[in-house]
Amino acid sequence: MAKVLMKGNEAIGEGAVRAGCRYFFGYPITPQSELPHYLAKRMPEVGGLYLQSESETAAANMVFGAAGAGARVMTSSSGPGISLMQEGISYIAGAELPCVIVNMIRGGPGLGNIAPAQSDYFQAVKGGGHGDYRVICLAPASVQEIIDLMQDAFDLADKYRNPVMLLADGVLGQMMEPVELGEEKFVQPPEKPWAATGRKKGGPKRLINSLYIVPEECEQHNLKLAKKYAVISREEQRWEEYHLDDARLVIVAFGTSARVCKAVVDRARDEGMAVGLLRPITVWPYPTGVIKRIREKVDRFLVVEMNMGQMIEDVRLAVEGARPVHFYGRAGGMMPVARDIFNEVKKLYNGGAEQ
Amino acid sequence: MGKALVTFREDRCKGCKLCTAVCPKQIIKMADHINVMGFHPAVVENQDKCTGCALCALMCPDLVIEVAREEKKVG
Amino acid sequence: MKKVFTRPESLKDIPFHYCPGCTHGIVHRLVAEVIDEMDMYERALGVAPVGCSVFIYNYMDFDMYQAAHGRAPAVATGIKRVLPDRLVFTYQGDGDAAAIGTGELVHAAARGEKITVIFINNAVYAMTGGQMAPTTLLGQKTTTTPAGRDAGINGMPVKVCEMLAPLDGSAYLARVSVHNPKNIVAAKKAIRKAFDIQMRGDGFTLVEVLSSCPTNWGLSPLEALKWLEQNMIPYYPLGEYKTPAEVGK
Repeated sequence: MAKVLMKGNEAIGEGAVRAGCRYFFGYPITPQSELPHYLAKRMPEVGGLYLQSESETAAANMVFGAAGAGARVMTSSSGPGISLMQEGISYIAGAELPCVIVNMIRGGPGLGNIAPAQSDYFQAVKGGGHGDYRVICLAPASVQEIIDLMQDAFDLADKYRNPVMLLADGVLGQMMEPVELGEEKFVQPPEKPWAATGRKKGGPKRLINSLYIVPEECEQHNLKLAKKYAVISREEQRWEEYHLDDARLVIVAFGTSARVCKAVVDRARDEGMAVGLLRPITVWPYPTGVIKRIREKVDRFLVVEMNMGQMIEDVRLAVEGARPVHFYGRAGGMMPVARDIFNEVKKLYNGGAEQ
Repeated sequence: MGKALVTFREDRCKGCKLCTAVCPKQIIKMADHINVMGFHPAVVENQDKCTGCALCALMCPDLVIEVAREEKKVG
Repeated sequence: MKKVFTRPESLKDIPFHYCPGCTHGIVHRLVAEVIDEMDMYERALGVAPVGCSVFIYNYMDFDMYQAAHGRAPAVATGIKRVLPDRLVFTYQGDGDAAAIGTGELVHAAARGEKITVIFINNAVYAMTGGQMAPTTLLGQKTTTTPAGRDAGINGMPVKVCEMLAPLDGSAYLARVSVHNPKNIVAAKKAIRKAFDIQMRGDGFTLVEVLSSCPTNWGLSPLEALKWLEQNMIPYYPLGEYKTPAEVGK
């Protein structure tokens, strides 16, 4: 199949359309702008809708309505906008509605800047809104993976009736890479008998709702959600292993950071150091299985992130103290540089102290 | 006017009295006894004065009142 | 004997949880009656707010949604865009629509969203214990304006119909009341007109219903209706504030 040169943000849009998404509600924000621009043109071509809302809060609730009506629907934003969507996402999770939310993370907190970052990790994977709920979070590291994961995002959302978030940043959003789109087979979304499309007389009443005023019923609902999250955690862990088999030091990094760390692994190997990379593709459910499998075989872990240290907590949870887990990060929109990571690796490889 | 029948579903009445204020014939009173919810329900004493105008039903916030009217015989 | 008044089919036969004399129950019935008369039971989709009337999602017998506080117009937008031939309405209190949800309300109107907002104005936040709402009248005592609403502190009450009228996207805006049978009949006509205009696709429609809250006004149900008539109507004049004719139809 011929390859097409595509920008990350646009790949998100094309991937969504090919996954059968026909509704996008969103609000302008850098660095995801090329996505709404792309969909504003593309959606009408496939009989879909691109609608700009008055705020991210409104966008998330439009997604709630469209999802409740049975559509494959998405929204997209960056940190500040995703913060405004948290109430809506909690309602979407509570009402068990499928949808896809894209967060092209930027420097924070507050207005921060528009440079690439990974500092919304906690917000995404620990549940940024109120209540016990989880969002399936996918973290691509290439434009091709964006295309592939958009299909999975909508399928997972429908399979589990749960919001799915795609986490990336301005680097992935604005880089162009050749991608294989595959033939244009438009996916027919699954039947949704639970959707509230108008009650047929004599038929069941459908209710899109997250209110359980009776505590006993609300607890039952939480137990039901928890069971769903347990199944997802068991079955949907995804990761990439790069030179892990004989690695003594394992770098753990996702998205843009992981791209940089691959270069570090190569250089370390050239200099005789058995270094490997574990790249989580789902950051919720976190790939704890592979970490538990390898933790006894390695000397130490080095977590590399574009934040002040967030995913490192999940790595430590999975390592459970079996091995030291070190951290190297850049924040505020700064990119980790291969040379600096390499120096950190070299220092730690033989048991040196962390920076 | 044909005969009319107004029925009050006593167990749903909350004793708010809105119906008593709008009945043109002033035949709706609050009962002395209390219903299952502990309210004095509205009742109609002399049904024969009721014209079936349904203003009481219109005003009732709790669908307590049903109204039926005899079809006027034509010709 | 022919039944001339009975429960509409679109309303489930279960008791309302509302306080005695609260006119939410009347408005629920009117909405259900209109939907029956339009034979739209199978195409009606309602969006419940957060507030006393959240349980409208149980009382209506057809498919319903429950939206986050203030977000019902956005939820309704999502529904109507996916299902354009359905009758989509929101049912919101004054806190829901005119405070936290003002952004969603104004922009649904600005977009000419083909939905209907049934906006219940009872001048307080009732469910949460009678706090001041955007529509609380000057001098009106509430749990958060114990000395009476003071414009110097809390500003002036918001007139929603007048606020939305200049937005070209709004096709029908009417303020009605349910404090007596004559007005209840007029309120039902307005709801029917709003739904008809929605289904004709003219644009955004809203019916503001002046409604009583005996519990939080500290009045008996009948006194509350009198208070509404003497105090709310002068500040919130009843009438049609936008009709399609003005939109060049």
